Amino acid sequence: MAKLSVSHISFIELQEVVDLLRKVSGYDLSGYSKSSLKRRVQRVLDLERMDLFDLKNAITNIESFRGYLVNELTVNVTEMFRDPHYYATLRSEVVPYLETYPSLKFWSAGCSTGEEVYSLAILLKEVGLYDRSFIYGTDINGNVLETARKAIYPLKKFKLYSENYNASSAQDSLSNYYTAMYDAAIINNEIRKNILFSQHNLATDYIFNEFQFISCRNVLIYFDMDLQNRVFRLFYDSLCEFGFLCLGSKETLLNRDIMSNFKVINKEFNIYQKIR
Amino acid sequence: MSKAADIVLVGGSAGSYHLIVDIIESLPPFFSSALVVVIHRNPKFKTRLEDTLSTRLHRPIIQAGDKTAISPNMIYFAMPGYHLLIEPDRTFSLDISDPIQFSRPSIDVLFESAAEVYGSRCTALLLSGANRDGTDGMTAIREMGGKAMVQCPEDAQISTMPENAIRVNDGIDIISDQQIISYFRNLK
Ligand SMILES: C[S@@+](CC[C@H](N)C(=O)[O-])C[C@H]1O[C@@H](n2cnc3c(N)ncnc32)[C@H](O)[C@@H]1O
Repeated sequence: MAKLSVSHISFIELQEVVDLLRKVSGYDLSGYSKSSLKRRVQRVLDLERMDLFDLKNAITNIESFRGYLVNELTVNVTEMFRDPHYYATLRSEVVPYLETYPSLKFWSAGCSTGEEVYSLAILLKEVGLYDRSFIYGTDINGNVLETARKAIYPLKKFKLYSENYNASSAQDSLSNYYTAMYDAAIINNEIRKNILFSQHNLATDYIFNEFQFISCRNVLIYFDMDLQNRVFRLFYDSLCEFGFLCLGSKETLLNRDIMSNFKVINKEFNIYQKIR
Repeated sequence: MSKAADIVLVGGSAGSYHLIVDIIESLPPFFSSALVVVIHRNPKFKTRLEDTLSTRLHRPIIQAGDKTAISPNMIYFAMPGYHLLIEPDRTFSLDISDPIQFSRPSIDVLFESAAEVYGSRCTALLLSGANRDGTDGMTAIREMGGKAMVQCPEDAQISTMPENAIRVNDGIDIISDQQIISYFRNLK
């Protein structure tokens, strides 16, 4: 099958798009991984049947296009209980520390459509901590946050989510936490009550609260080293003493300067604790 | 660490496992290219392919890590569950976007992004498989001046993947398993 693409952009052209977008809007994608960003821009060109000239025109002249573009450029693939053993490790190695706090604040940064946040809420519920917890879910993409707030997902995804849940050493059944309606599943209210979703851009925004626990999974792979370091600094500043930082399975703090302020809790799942 | 000027890519799916092991075993003790292997495998099962081979051959064989340099004389595997891409500064980058051709890692994604960065200094070999991953990647490599080779369908355990690449890419080099091994034995 022939490719639909009208034109192929180069890394130089990608840079022009990034520079233009930064100039005319608050969006700064200059710290993003170039190779995947280029694929995403190409995808928008193919989808919209635009060439580079059209794209630049739309960025310059149509304000609403800029937000649309940034939403389309982000990769939002997510799951409930993704990496089940990570959740099992949270239970066994992190929860015992968390139990010593009278109240707890969690931040899921780059939470996409909310599955990670609800997974965390379910885990906290099961270990008896949810009533004294509050979870902030943030993302750059306003559309995914809208979905996260609604907490309605296609029912067909719950086969995988249940498998993940069962593999996470949880005791119950995931079906206790949602209600199926036709081909949709809605997360139950008891799981949704202590959660706030809001927009936050890790590349340009600042600290907004102090947390005992921050998870940022599968977001940093989209950033270059410099931007990753900025975000690590932001997390460090946002954590209370002995607070936890959890990254994706392929995202590590090892070999970074800031590592000297953390200790490794679990190497396989990249769970760290702030120690100084 | 210094970065490799040349890159050699191997993409395989169902039926390619043993040949990939043979390829790696035939490599000379030193070569100045970087070798990157992408093989479709289920992320749910922890295959310790890299570790097993590494111990047996007494040389590092590692999963390509996010934002790590692509070095000469190294053998990298794409991690299960993530697409593997190459940045213009010759480091690896991971991506967890949707599977392509039902595959993540996708051979097309790695080949296309390597073609763009390495141009004529990119060589790729496509092996046995039951889908059509790799075909677009082969096209991209040829367009950017690189060298693309396909395993001879008669030698492939499952010929769908090589056959599709040959059908779409007119005049592409088709090589036998014997030629494949001798190519890697003499890798520079
Ligand atoms: C692949 S998803 C990961 C979702 C979830 N954390 C998980 O692991 O399943 C990456 C998310 O990061 C978000 N993201 C990308 N750039 C961001 C930024 N600068 N600030 C905040 N979120 C960002 C994307 O919108 C996307 O929803």
